[in-house]
Amino acid sequence: MNFESPQTNDPDAPPQAPKYPRAWLKLVLPLSVAGLFLLFWDIAVRISGSDIFPKPMDVARGIVELIQKGLLLKYIVASLFRVTWGFFLAVLVGVPFGLFLGWFKRAYDAFNPMIQIFRPISPIAWIPVAILWFGITDVAPVFLIFLASVFPITVSATAAVQNMQPVYLRAAKNFGLSRMELFRRVIFPSCLPQIITGIRIALGVAWLVVVAAEMIAVNSGLGYLIIDARNAGKRYDLVVAGMVMIGLIGLVLDLLVRRLENFDEVRWGYANR
Amino acid sequence: MSFPGKQAGEQIHVLERINLDVKEGEFVCIVGPSGCGKSTLLNIIGGFLQQSRGEALVEGQVVKGPDPRRIFVFQENGVFPWLTVLENIGFGLSKKSQEEREKIVAHYIDMVGLNGFENSYPRELSGGMRQRVEIARALAADPHIIYMDEPFGALDFITRMKMRADLVRIWQREKKTILFVTHDIEEAVQLADRVFVMSRRPATIQEDVAIDLPRPRDLDSPGYLEKRDHIFTAMGMSLRVGESGS
Repeated sequence: MNFESPQTNDPDAPPQAPKYPRAWLKLVLPLSVAGLFLLFWDIAVRISGSDIFPKPMDVARGIVELIQKGLLLKYIVASLFRVTWGFFLAVLVGVPFGLFLGWFKRAYDAFNPMIQIFRPISPIAWIPVAILWFGITDVAPVFLIFLASVFPITVSATAAVQNMQPVYLRAAKNFGLSRMELFRRVIFPSCLPQIITGIRIALGVAWLVVVAAEMIAVNSGLGYLIIDARNAGKRYDLVVAGMVMIGLIGLVLDLLVRRLENFDEVRWGYANR
Repeated sequence: MSFPGKQAGEQIHVLERINLDVKEGEFVCIVGPSGCGKSTLLNIIGGFLQQSRGEALVEGQVVKGPDPRRIFVFQENGVFPWLTVLENIGFGLSKKSQEEREKIVAHYIDMVGLNGFENSYPRELSGGMRQRVEIARALAADPHIIYMDEPFGALDFITRMKMRADLVRIWQREKKTILFVTHDIEEAVQLADRVFVMSRRPATIQEDVAIDLPRPRDLDSPGYLEKRDHIFTAMGMSLRVGESGS
């Protein structure tokens, strides 16, 4: 397929090669926006005359300092470790429980009100209780992450079952499938796209929560870095460096989960990818 | 075979004492005004709905639920979107060996004309092709009877004509008993050996019209037109577009 050059109005001109290949553009456009943002940031700090708030170069130097001290990798690993544990526990608990609630109406009627009461309680509000129960250990943030992640996962699994097309069930039962086979071959596959969506949301929330949890409950990790950098000498360059790392890793995590959406078993559930 | 049945849907008495005599290998159609309950009837026979009173019997046995000996072809979305064409068609064949399954599936892919699309997903196929997958899936399971609930209803006119021709060809080769529900009288006359005309609610079988015309059905032949007009009239419909019917 030839895309005509956008500047040609002459219908008799031969179709020209596209002026900008799409892949190149996909990289350049966001980098340009990022670059503009950095420029804006730099100018804003200079104009304000602040000697505390870092300029982009200060942050970059801060990152290098953290790497040299061996702290950056250590903190990233600590945060990721907590997220992984809390998140996987949430998947292990949330997916089966959500499917169960979606399938059995009585169970749904029984449990849903409690779920809806607990869900809006921010995990941050749970911090004092977490510290009381688990102390200043890794268990406290893992618990908070679990709490934050389990609700989106459960809710989307339940919704997936409840919104399943009745045709699939009828067709499957027509072939004489047993209960187990029905679940394995029809119910679970048909709910998978929605479950993956819930997982994606949960991962985003988990990453948000780990940072907050680390600010209060532990002695390592990116959240801790931010609070510690400020408290131990107003090192705002390190504060912002921590923020930048959090953002970048959050992006990477999301991209990884999106990879899951490319599997054939899941892809069918998202229109026109 | 005979199917007696009685049902009253909630406060609406939908069906009353339906008896269908269908010979093995026959292609029969059920037509009726919209809302008369023909889909309801098929769903009860197929075991997806429970009648409110009386019994539903098929081949002398009480219908307790959906049965792999009688496969249902739905109007839309019956095909599983997370499986390829191959996997869909082989869905009812899990108890067979891999080798046997592959052979059977290949046979039916060829029969419905989907060669080359074995590894495609339903979202990559047109509506007509998806219905072919569903028909192949039903046939592959080797049922006694195939129930079809307006299977071509969601397709455009030309595709519908082609699907009818293919369905007749397949039926002649496979010799399955087919029970086909449609609101389209022409479709019924084009396809069936016999047409059961349903009345309005509470629906009964108003008439059993034998279509003893040779296949392929000639849409211009006086015999075809006579049968079609007969059913139109039986359903109280006018043969003049624009004139109000009863």
